[in-house]
Amino acid sequence: MKYLSEYRDPELVKQYLDQIHHITTKPWKLMEICGGQTHSLVKNGILDMLPDKITMIHGPGCPVCVTPVSIIDEAIYLAQQPHVIICSFGDMLRVPGSKKSLLEVKAEGADVRILYSPLEAVKLAKENPGKEVIFFAVGFETTAPANALSIIQADKSGVSNYSILASHVLVPPAMEALLSDEENQIDAFLAAGHVCTIMGMEEYYPIAEKYKTPIVVTGFEPVDLLQGILMALEQLEHGEYKVENQYTRYVQREGNRLAIETMQEVFSVSDRMWRGIGTIPQSGFEVNHRYKHYNARLKFKLDIPVAEENKDCISGDIMKGLKKPFQCPNFGTFCKPEHPLGAPMVSSEGACAAYYHYSSVNTPEETL
Amino acid sequence: MELQCPMPKFDFDVITLGHGSGGLLTHKLLQSGVFDIFKNELLNQQHDGASFSLNGRVAFSTDSYVITPAFFPGGNIGELAINGTVNDLAMCGAIPQYLSLSFIIEEGLTMKEFWEILVHIKEATQKAKIKIVTGDTKVVEKGKGDKIFINTSGVGLIHPKANIHHNNIRPGDKIIISGNIATHGIAIMSVRKGLEFETTIESDTTNLNHTIEKLLDRFGNDIKFLRDPTRGGVASVLNEIAELTSLGFELDQKSIPVDEQVEGACEMLGLDPLYVANEGLFVAVVAKEIADELLSLLRYDENGATAAIIGEVNTEHPGKVLMKSRIGGRRVVNYLTGEQLPRIC
Amino acid sequence: MCLAIPGKLLSISGQRDETFRQGKVSFGGITKEVNLSMVPDAQVGDYVLVHVGVAIGKVDQEEARQTFEYLKMMGEVDEIVNNEKTDK
Repeated sequence: MKYLSEYRDPELVKQYLDQIHHITTKPWKLMEICGGQTHSLVKNGILDMLPDKITMIHGPGCPVCVTPVSIIDEAIYLAQQPHVIICSFGDMLRVPGSKKSLLEVKAEGADVRILYSPLEAVKLAKENPGKEVIFFAVGFETTAPANALSIIQADKSGVSNYSILASHVLVPPAMEALLSDEENQIDAFLAAGHVCTIMGMEEYYPIAEKYKTPIVVTGFEPVDLLQGILMALEQLEHGEYKVENQYTRYVQREGNRLAIETMQEVFSVSDRMWRGIGTIPQSGFEVNHRYKHYNARLKFKLDIPVAEENKDCISGDIMKGLKKPFQCPNFGTFCKPEHPLGAPMVSSEGACAAYYHYSSVNTPEETL
Repeated sequence: MELQCPMPKFDFDVITLGHGSGGLLTHKLLQSGVFDIFKNELLNQQHDGASFSLNGRVAFSTDSYVITPAFFPGGNIGELAINGTVNDLAMCGAIPQYLSLSFIIEEGLTMKEFWEILVHIKEATQKAKIKIVTGDTKVVEKGKGDKIFINTSGVGLIHPKANIHHNNIRPGDKIIISGNIATHGIAIMSVRKGLEFETTIESDTTNLNHTIEKLLDRFGNDIKFLRDPTRGGVASVLNEIAELTSLGFELDQKSIPVDEQVEGACEMLGLDPLYVANEGLFVAVVAKEIADELLSLLRYDENGATAAIIGEVNTEHPGKVLMKSRIGGRRVVNYLTGEQLPRIC
Repeated sequence: MCLAIPGKLLSISGQRDETFRQGKVSFGGITKEVNLSMVPDAQVGDYVLVHVGVAIGKVDQEEARQTFEYLKMMGEVDEIVNNEKTDK
């Protein structure tokens, strides 16, 4: 496939790996922000091919993993209301709330549908005037424009039986939270390429400056990731801390203006709870006042108590990069994809699930 | 598709609970519908069961078919039900002989839909050269079934040269796939509400027994193991065998054949083709000495045009399936947990 | 996160309102209707980056090509630096 397969070229990958091995003189810890990048690194077996001196820390860039239990409980409550069709991306279905997951509630008879696009949910609302269609709008800045667009389309088409349950999170506040944590060990970041396709790069300059940390906007294919890693290492080895762009075929400094405007039309920035990390101020989106009729929380007067996270799940430490999944005592034993203790084991982008499925290190006994 | 057998005139358009009650309506449905289309001397006895003799070792298999939607690109639940059990018998190294056919119909299924399913069943039995000799029909209330569920059970005579058992697998054996993977699952996905897309991909459902018979004729017990990777895909089948044998299975990603459109759909939905369902496909574990020759023979067969050697068996990682990625890295190919769902992440 | 892949824009359907502007995009031969409201300058034949049914960007073909030149460029820079070192 064009603009995809070329970035999987084994010859080029080898050249990048050679160069990475050649220039690395000191131990460095790099964090890839995005779960999709983690997925690609593990799936392609890249982690084992990097020099031992390089440690990749897997970041919190998995909107599924950072969705707190109470928001899942909100979705489940809505799914159980009469005449409701709740629509979701596939990723969210298996994530456990405080008692159940959406998949289990579906098995009990709730009308839960998997959709590829939020725009399909608006179509569903048009086709089912007697039902309330709710879209479980999860995602980072990459997905927020599409979710916002669904509301704008519903509004323009006069579709009133549509609303979204917003669970959006923003990357730069999370990066700040990680860097300001005194246990932080991150030397450089690979920023999320698709988030930056929307938002551009401006937000990262003050962060790189303040924390003297290189930030390289990176894509997802093996060549992209290795080039991003190489660019970050070049900076680290020379004591630099700039914002650079590896993903130039999509990312421009100013981002996608129309996408940003679409988000700003519908959403306002709010404080947000991040599962495993805690509340980060001004780190999420909620549906704003103008479009309040499309906010499922207001429409259905949601008042779900904040649920306690499972104490045995160390997802916070995993997402801050302090521990690797196989260092969790429950990894592969009490916590497996079929009975997860927390979201990083369920979401296909979660570090724990990625390690469980793809890595040869499967149980605590097999740690290096 | 154009029905080869024109639908007879029924004085009802829709199947109701009455048609399953065993009385006159059932009689009408079966007489002018089911028995008529499947005429053969065993079925025509219309007894509680079919009687026949079989000489030699016998294989017996059963499967139930509940697919939604019942009608999909490339076919319908009817031929799936025949091909599925025919193939299961073939995977045991058997030559399929007779099938039972049972329907659980949700009331409200139209006669038109039912007839189309029957026609596809008939065509599949003719292609596979297998006879339906006994069966059953029940009707359940609306909401208690998903249009139609089908069960087929089959008996076959084990090929005299066949010795299919996972205990025969040895390190060094080669893993062969008979064609492009993930085609059936993606064909179904393409018409699934909320995920649909336009494609010319059709289900690859077909009977594999003639192909398997040819291979067994030539290679006999050098074919150690056969399996059709239906639900759960190629990855699940290999994980099962790895666990049973405590041997390691290593795949080479670049050898695994996938249709370009199927690959595009998997990329778009975030699916791994190794876990997507297949129908007219089989995995064979064979002795390395005959692997190349078997592959050549298979490639001449209509069901093996894109067959490939995709890996081999070793002792390095017992019970685990590993894959060398296109770029040279290695990863574990684990069991699937539940159904693979499309993702945005 | 953010599974987005490039596809070729095959056709654009005219709509009353930009918000609803969509086109047919091909991913290796399968096609899907994709919303184009955020890529107004995308033309038939261009490659767009699609996430959850919405085109969020357009492939910059020149930059795409440059990615492959990066190592060569690094090699040239290394050579210059090495030459300078030996010259000294």
